[in-house]
Amino acid sequence: MASPIIGVLINGLFGSFIQKKLGEKVVGVIGSATIGLSFICAILIFSNMLGQPDDQRRHVYDIYDWISTGGLTVGVSYLVDQISIVMLLVVTGVSFFIHIYSIGYMQGDRGVFRFFAYLNLFVFAMLNLVLADNYLLMFLGWEGVGLCSYLLIGFWYDKKFEGVGITWTGDAGMKAFIVNRIGDFAFLIGMFLVFADFGSFNFDTVFGAAASRFTTGDAAVTWIAVLFFIGATGKSAQIPLYIWLPDAMAGPTPVSALIHAATMVTAGVYMIARSAVLYALAPTAMLIVAIVGAVTAIYAASMGLVQNDIKKVLAYSTISQLGYMFLAVGVGAFGAGLFHLMTHAFFKALLFLGAGAIIHALHEEQDLRNMGGLKTFMPGTYKTFLLASLAISGIPPLAGFFSKDEILSYAFASSPVLWVIGAITAFLTAFYIFRLFIMTFEGKPRFDVHHLHVHDARATMLVPLWVLGVLSVVGGWIGIPSVLGGGENFDKFLEPAFENAQAKMSSVFFTDASTEYMLMIVSVLLCIGGIYLAYAAYRKRPELSAKLRRSVGDFYEILLNKYYIDEIFQAIVVRPLVFVSDRYLRRGLDEIVIDGTVNGVGRIVGFFGKILRRVQTGFVQNYALIFVIGIIIIIGFLIYAH
Amino acid sequence: MVPLGYYIGLSTVLFTIGVVGVLTLRNAIVIFMSVELMLNSVNLSLIAFSAYSGDPAGQILVFFVIAVAAAESAVGLAIIIALFRNKLTVNIDEVNVLKW
Repeated sequence: MASPIIGVLINGLFGSFIQKKLGEKVVGVIGSATIGLSFICAILIFSNMLGQPDDQRRHVYDIYDWISTGGLTVGVSYLVDQISIVMLLVVTGVSFFIHIYSIGYMQGDRGVFRFFAYLNLFVFAMLNLVLADNYLLMFLGWEGVGLCSYLLIGFWYDKKFEGVGITWTGDAGMKAFIVNRIGDFAFLIGMFLVFADFGSFNFDTVFGAAASRFTTGDAAVTWIAVLFFIGATGKSAQIPLYIWLPDAMAGPTPVSALIHAATMVTAGVYMIARSAVLYALAPTAMLIVAIVGAVTAIYAASMGLVQNDIKKVLAYSTISQLGYMFLAVGVGAFGAGLFHLMTHAFFKALLFLGAGAIIHALHEEQDLRNMGGLKTFMPGTYKTFLLASLAISGIPPLAGFFSKDEILSYAFASSPVLWVIGAITAFLTAFYIFRLFIMTFEGKPRFDVHHLHVHDARATMLVPLWVLGVLSVVGGWIGIPSVLGGGENFDKFLEPAFENAQAKMSSVFFTDASTEYMLMIVSVLLCIGGIYLAYAAYRKRPELSAKLRRSVGDFYEILLNKYYIDEIFQAIVVRPLVFVSDRYLRRGLDEIVIDGTVNGVGRIVGFFGKILRRVQTGFVQNYALIFVIGIIIIIGFLIYAH
Repeated sequence: MVPLGYYIGLSTVLFTIGVVGVLTLRNAIVIFMSVELMLNSVNLSLIAFSAYSGDPAGQILVFFVIAVAAAESAVGLAIIIALFRNKLTVNIDEVNVLKW
């Protein structure tokens, strides 16, 4: 836990010196080693936890009292239980490999030390977020990761980046930060409501008292849950606050992999899973979560279909997969949501890192239309990317299949409509990811083969790819559903943590084995269909893709322009805001009212000064006379007052 | 023995003369003399009270005051001389730069 912050201090304070004197490798090694240490600690804690009986797996470590006033005590205390250990392993593990990858990826950059300092700071904040035992400390981590996200998106601050209302990468970082602020605001209000109702931010206190304080469906608890969810939509890029994530791709690719795919964006899911008890008491809020999740999943997937920037496709894919997770927690399958969170962290980080390797090899080329045929040039990347693509599409027995399928079966049990949306999304996912895959690796090269010496990345980048590749394959095996002969170990492990929440939920999940088989077969068929369609349209008969494009007509344009959402936001939110700020707030309020007040005070003082300065004649005798008069008055007062 | 009231009366008269002198006169040296007059009127009342209460400490204190006052008048006169060298006058109406 403390080790990343040591990395921050070393790299942040002395990084520039170390890079100059000892070389950038040392910086990277320090950065990675500190995270590696955390990872090892996490594994030790985890194995320790496995040795304990179910009901003793929850530990709270008080570090010190952070705030202590009157009725409010907020401690820096860390809660280690089944939920946070899963997050801990995912965060430290994935970040460790991404750190190693970054040593290779960032080689030659003049800001390597800055990069690793930010990255370590991010991990520190993220660990705070997942380990906090109260909402306030969680919020600290929540804001911390937002800050690091901002810093890292705009890492190459002098680089141009195109977007609606965006010209520099710094603008993209700003956009991410501001959009996140909107969500954070709701989260804050939710926290205030929690405090107003419970007088505490502590998870134990709040969740312990929740059941007796509220009855199911109370307005107060619904509001809290909805506000928290709005906070989550900001951080986890759900409708309507998802708009920052595609532009966040302006940052270096390892950042996209770590922050904008594997860890930070899943914070919202974690937060809702953590607050499961509150959500269990607010069925309306859960319905909203489920619907927003499902709609986001299909909506983002549809935009991913036509993007030509390799990272943008992956960004929309991330939004879509996060939608799945929210769908899962929204229907009450908290375990399934976290399961998908974990598998997604593996394969999406792998996809991003693979994309990073490709972008690196092609000298910062991100356009899919200028790739192709990389299979022979980059065999290592090709193989790992294929694994990740199959995993995300949901082909058994890879990780994505189990987690996605669990979510879909819960969704089906909750409402067939949600299942249909989820299944269509699965089809779209398979299609867009294989469109990406085929346009990148298959066919003839569409770049300058003779001038670019394209080859696989060096070992520091390739090893993490393989590790994540293996995890993308086996990561799902810990949660094989019982109908397939598995033990559902993952869900069983998490069960005690969600016991209280599940007890309060009215719905009971029950799908018999035959339904479950059927659901699986349908989703696998849909995935294969999606893959085949992508193969047919982009590999076998390229003219088919053009035909496909024509048949949907204007819709293609709409998708390509992301439903014009950015433009709409620009028109209805940003411009009026800028206009009002400039016309009324700056020229009206600031220049007339505020400046007027300040200048007015100055003028009044000057006015009186002009009158009063006549008192100062410069004749010392006048002053002495005033002394004497004063003394006489005082003496007279002393004598006659008594 | 002269009653205490006389001493206080004399002291008051001297003090008042001093105050009026300081406030009304224009010659810096005379103003300075008036200040000394005020100082000595206070010394006088101090000695009178000391004698009447039978405590010699007050009289010893007055010796000190006189000694310090001698030093003080040396400083004061030096200032007046410096003033005269700069302005060629000791008329304080012409020394009014201490203002806006």
